[in-house]
Amino acid sequence: MIKFLLMINKQGQTRLSKYYDHVDVGKRAALEANVVKCCLFRKKEECSFVEYKDYKLVYRQYAALFIVVGITDDENELSIYELVHNFIEVLDKYFNRVTQIMFNLDKVHIMLDEMILNGCIVETNKNRILAPLLALDKMAES
Amino acid sequence: MSDVVEKTLTALPSLLSLDSQPGAGKLSSTSKLGQFIRNITELTSKHEEEKLIKKELAVIKDQVSSPYTTMRQMRELMVRSMYCEMLGYEASFAYIHAIKLAQQGTVLEKRAGYLAVSLFLNENHELLLLLVNTVLKDLQSTNIIEVCMALTVVSQIFPKDMIPAVLPLVEEKLSHPKEIIRRKAVLALYKFYLIAPNQVQHIHGKFRKALCDKDPGVMTSSLHIYLQMIQESPDSYKDLVGSFVTILRQVVGGKLPLDFNYHSIPAPWLQMQLLRILSLLGREDQSTSETMYDVLNESLRRAEMNHNITYAILYECVKAIYTIHPKAELLEKAAKCIGNFVLSPKINLKYLGLKALTYVVQHDASLALQHQMTIIECLDHSDLLIKRETLELLFRITNAQNVTVIVERILSFLRLCNDDYTIIDLVGKVAELAEKYAPDNEWFIQTMTVVFSLGGDLMPPDIPSSFLRLLAEGSQSEVDDRQLKVYAVNSYLSVLNDDCSHLPQRFLQVISWVLGEYSYLREGLDQEEVILLLKKLLDQRGVSAETRSWVLSALTKLCRGSGRAELALAVAESLSSTLDTVLRQQGHELRHLIQDGSLHARVLPQPAPANSLEVDSSLSFLDGFVSDALAAGAAPYKPPHQRQEELGQQRAPTLEPYALSLPMSLSSCTVTDRQSPSVLSMSSGLSANSTEPSQRAGVATLMLEGVKRVWGKEGYLPQRDTSETPATVEEPSDVVQSSHQQVVIDISQPEPEPEPPQLDKKQQLASSLFVGLGSQNSACLLGKTEATVPRFRRKPHLNDASSSGTSERSSDSSHSSHSTADSFLYGGLLEEEPATPIQSSRHAPQPIAASGSCEARQHGLTVNGVDENRGGAVVCAKEEKRAHPTQLIESDMVRVRPNALAEGAVVPPQNCSRHLPSTSSCGSDSEVLKLPFELQNLPHSDIISLISDSHLCISCCRVFREDALLIVLFLSNSTEMVLCDVALELSCEELQMGSLRGNVMESMAGRTSSVCHYTVFMERPHTHVPFTGTVSYQTQPGHKHTLHFSGKLTTADFIRPLVLSTEEYGKLWLSFSHDVKQNLRLLTDAGDPLIATLNVLKDCLQLHIVDIIGSEGIVACRLLDGAPCLMHCRVHGASLAVWLRSSLSSFPDCLLYHCQRALQEH
Repeated sequence: MIKFLLMINKQGQTRLSKYYDHVDVGKRAALEANVVKCCLFRKKEECSFVEYKDYKLVYRQYAALFIVVGITDDENELSIYELVHNFIEVLDKYFNRVTQIMFNLDKVHIMLDEMILNGCIVETNKNRILAPLLALDKMAES
Repeated sequence: MSDVVEKTLTALPSLLSLDSQPGAGKLSSTSKLGQFIRNITELTSKHEEEKLIKKELAVIKDQVSSPYTTMRQMRELMVRSMYCEMLGYEASFAYIHAIKLAQQGTVLEKRAGYLAVSLFLNENHELLLLLVNTVLKDLQSTNIIEVCMALTVVSQIFPKDMIPAVLPLVEEKLSHPKEIIRRKAVLALYKFYLIAPNQVQHIHGKFRKALCDKDPGVMTSSLHIYLQMIQESPDSYKDLVGSFVTILRQVVGGKLPLDFNYHSIPAPWLQMQLLRILSLLGREDQSTSETMYDVLNESLRRAEMNHNITYAILYECVKAIYTIHPKAELLEKAAKCIGNFVLSPKINLKYLGLKALTYVVQHDASLALQHQMTIIECLDHSDLLIKRETLELLFRITNAQNVTVIVERILSFLRLCNDDYTIIDLVGKVAELAEKYAPDNEWFIQTMTVVFSLGGDLMPPDIPSSFLRLLAEGSQSEVDDRQLKVYAVNSYLSVLNDDCSHLPQRFLQVISWVLGEYSYLREGLDQEEVILLLKKLLDQRGVSAETRSWVLSALTKLCRGSGRAELALAVAESLSSTLDTVLRQQGHELRHLIQDGSLHARVLPQPAPANSLEVDSSLSFLDGFVSDALAAGAAPYKPPHQRQEELGQQRAPTLEPYALSLPMSLSSCTVTDRQSPSVLSMSSGLSANSTEPSQRAGVATLMLEGVKRVWGKEGYLPQRDTSETPATVEEPSDVVQSSHQQVVIDISQPEPEPEPPQLDKKQQLASSLFVGLGSQNSACLLGKTEATVPRFRRKPHLNDASSSGTSERSSDSSHSSHSTADSFLYGGLLEEEPATPIQSSRHAPQPIAASGSCEARQHGLTVNGVDENRGGAVVCAKEEKRAHPTQLIESDMVRVRPNALAEGAVVPPQNCSRHLPSTSSCGSDSEVLKLPFELQNLPHSDIISLISDSHLCISCCRVFREDALLIVLFLSNSTEMVLCDVALELSCEELQMGSLRGNVMESMAGRTSSVCHYTVFMERPHTHVPFTGTVSYQTQPGHKHTLHFSGKLTTADFIRPLVLSTEEYGKLWLSFSHDVKQNLRLLTDAGDPLIATLNVLKDCLQLHIVDIIGSEGIVACRLLDGAPCLMHCRVHGASLAVWLRSSLSSFPDCLLYHCQRALQEH
């Protein structure tokens, strides 16, 4: 089960957060700060998975952007690690420039909603993930 | 007025910037949001961030409520509010606007509104109700995009109570022409299933339809529901196994459209999902598992590309293979896979490998042995996660022999660890291991001391509770208990003598209790010293009120005697002014008890014997009080169910100690007890019978019901575990002994190799960590008891299956159960001609047939049951144990194993009167029993006496024919008179008898012997098979005597060597599915240990040694001329790792058992 997904920049600021179990807004900041502490300072040769409380964190770095996924112990870490990459590939397919990602929070969320729902991986086919968003764009244009 | 202008002005730039957007609605850095994000990124301090966001929120708040704000602007504002919430600043004012946006907006704005709702609100938010109408409207929209949005939000967040309102609409969407709608409808139903399963019960049929949908996406979505439902009840969905297998086969075979591929692997996440489902369905279900072997094999084969995602699939595959009913071939591949993971230089893969190994060792501990050096390396890995996972793995393979090393490892990790969750987890594990496997008292107490100090107050309260209970209840051995208690007292005294200001409260509580209860046990200890130490504790700063209460209770117990009483009195006085009412109360009680010595002695008897305390569970002493109160108009007492429930949560942590140790009259005056009568009545109700000896004050207050007993009457549980396991271990003491020998050998082993010290050290560590794994007691010593369960639970399935398999061949008669058609025929022959059973040996391998059956023909009918007075030809049975030259390689068929039968010979008590114990005394009058001539050349056992009475003596000999076992029974008339109507019958339920007809003789002359024999077949292996028989005869007409006898046969009697070549062996090996791995003792007393051990096995069990290559040997045998069993042996340290395979499920286990016995007896 996926518990949350975070996009964090190198300064440790949250760029996107999505929680699949309800966490109070007030508690999120503390959790994210801890997650940042756990992941950002790890060395290259260290494992991409970290234990955090009763979760496992799976993190992957893309230039200045970190993606961290909190999962339960019964989840397959490596599959989540690759899911993150799939997500990045989807973003890459949609956005021309990386900087656009953070200015289009809502669209990233829309894509994410297609991929992960209630903590389950529901779609990994890139075309299908993008289809609803592209349809929205098309309708907005006309 | 100016206000409005200002608002319009501030709104203007955002309008402008929005209008300058490209049409697609992608926001750029020039937007307001972009500006805001950039501002935030540039900030350096938390304080500035707060200021900026507060300002931003104020602006947003203004604008959202402005009537001039367009939907497009609203969307942007919502995104900005999301951003603020994401950074931890609540924007609750925006919630209602988000709902409005979802309601009124079009397309992208609407989606943003829904998105904001799903991010802002939780499932129970009241505003969510306002969304229902919008959702209903959108679900009925003709615009697919809107339907899509509505379904998405429904499957994310929807009020449970409103499900009935949308359910028909969602159901309807299941047959929508567009796949995306069907897919989302299925996901919405999944959500409903999660939050309100009973609401979607009626549409299970539609789930099946979704599973069979022509679109792979819809099918994939339905798997989430199925995974969930199958987790809950796997048995209800067994009929779907075929579908899942087919789907997986198609996915693996690349039948999906190409855009489902991820890095050219077809739908990897779908594959993993299916593998998880299959493993749930195949668990402990052989027939279901069999249907998935092929596709699992295929998955393993296909996933050979070197990419992370294939490894992720492999991991699921391996897990599935080890979860379902085992298949040797797959297990082997899976084990190899794990090996690749663990040995990988990529750290992520190594981690996954360890995780897989941790999972797998529950089923097969020996796999840890294969990777022991890697595990050792990982133990010292710089990455904490790897270390942690390794410790988890070690925890699962802990047994009585390696517990000290493993616990030491975990503790040293704990000392450096500062993460609360890890500490709680590991401390619990150490406590569990310590209680289960502690080698001695000293170690146990020391380990628990570390556990208490490190675990601190984070520790779950059941750890100290169960520890105290363990001390209090003790084991069977008084001496041992006393020693444990004294050791605890000693070590806690020294703890208190040191600086104890840093110790956790829980530990101090444990210390006080132990000192209060047991310090008198230590001889030569001045109790005043203990009181002083406790007093010091009481005065120490930072000690909680709860702990002080424990300390006081201890003092109360210790204050006997003049000097001590004065000290305690001083304490009591000092408490008289404390603000804490509970402490003041206790101080008061203490003073009271000191002044009244006899009361003290009654309340707290010094040796506190377990059975001296009687608890009046009915509280009858209160009857008078109750009736008075009732008479005075008080409400009658009601059973306090509700209060119990409420208190149930509170009573989980430790209660005030000794509440019950005081008689009710006294304790009822303590504040807490008066407040919580339900606790009292309940805990006293625990001892329904007040005379129950174990009811004990101190114990009862600890509230340990439900805590697993780990320290039983027999001592530490490991010993109990061994004796309780249904495995073939019959003599646990021997097992323990032999494994102790292993320890010694293991530790001394690394010595001779002059290797670099580092490596040597590692090996030493390895041998101490992995000792006892894979040996016969390993299964039951695994950390998790449940881990062993499946292993044993599976056996019945195996038997069932194999019996159903063989029944095809042997469907009609009981004789036909012999495994080959030949023997079926043979069985039939026997039935017709019982008098010439030996003729049947023409079906046996040629050599025997040549010698045996000719003889048989010569003797014809005289052989069986006919008086064979061969008294003159005295040949000692011993001399006859000559090898049959043609049949035997290195004379391995000659065997004398009298003990097996002798020990099994049970003499029914009523016939015991003149039981003659040995053969010699039986065949008293210089008559030596002798096998019939045609059997003399066959390998056979000693002739042993079974039973005798004043007239008749019955002896038995087992003759090992290639295709059967002959039970030869000798009847000797030990009197001078003629015995008439002698009839002998033999029966055995588990075996197939070749000749069941009783051997009847009309008369038997004095001092003569008669021989009859039974041919017995074993179809399915049984370790021990009892047989019974009766002989009846008449000394004179009308005087009938009956003699009962019984004996025991073992599988070993039915094992025959199987001669084959190494190549044939290899081929055969692969074709067998039932296998067992185990470690055997290696005989090291003479020459090459492998050869020596194998020779012993060969001699005892008639195995055929096919080949010995280096440190490995292959051995083959079969059950008579039926099912083969192959054994692969490898010298592994000081033990022999054997791997047995057979086509019969229980054969490997049986053979293994006999190997163990043979080696033990040797």
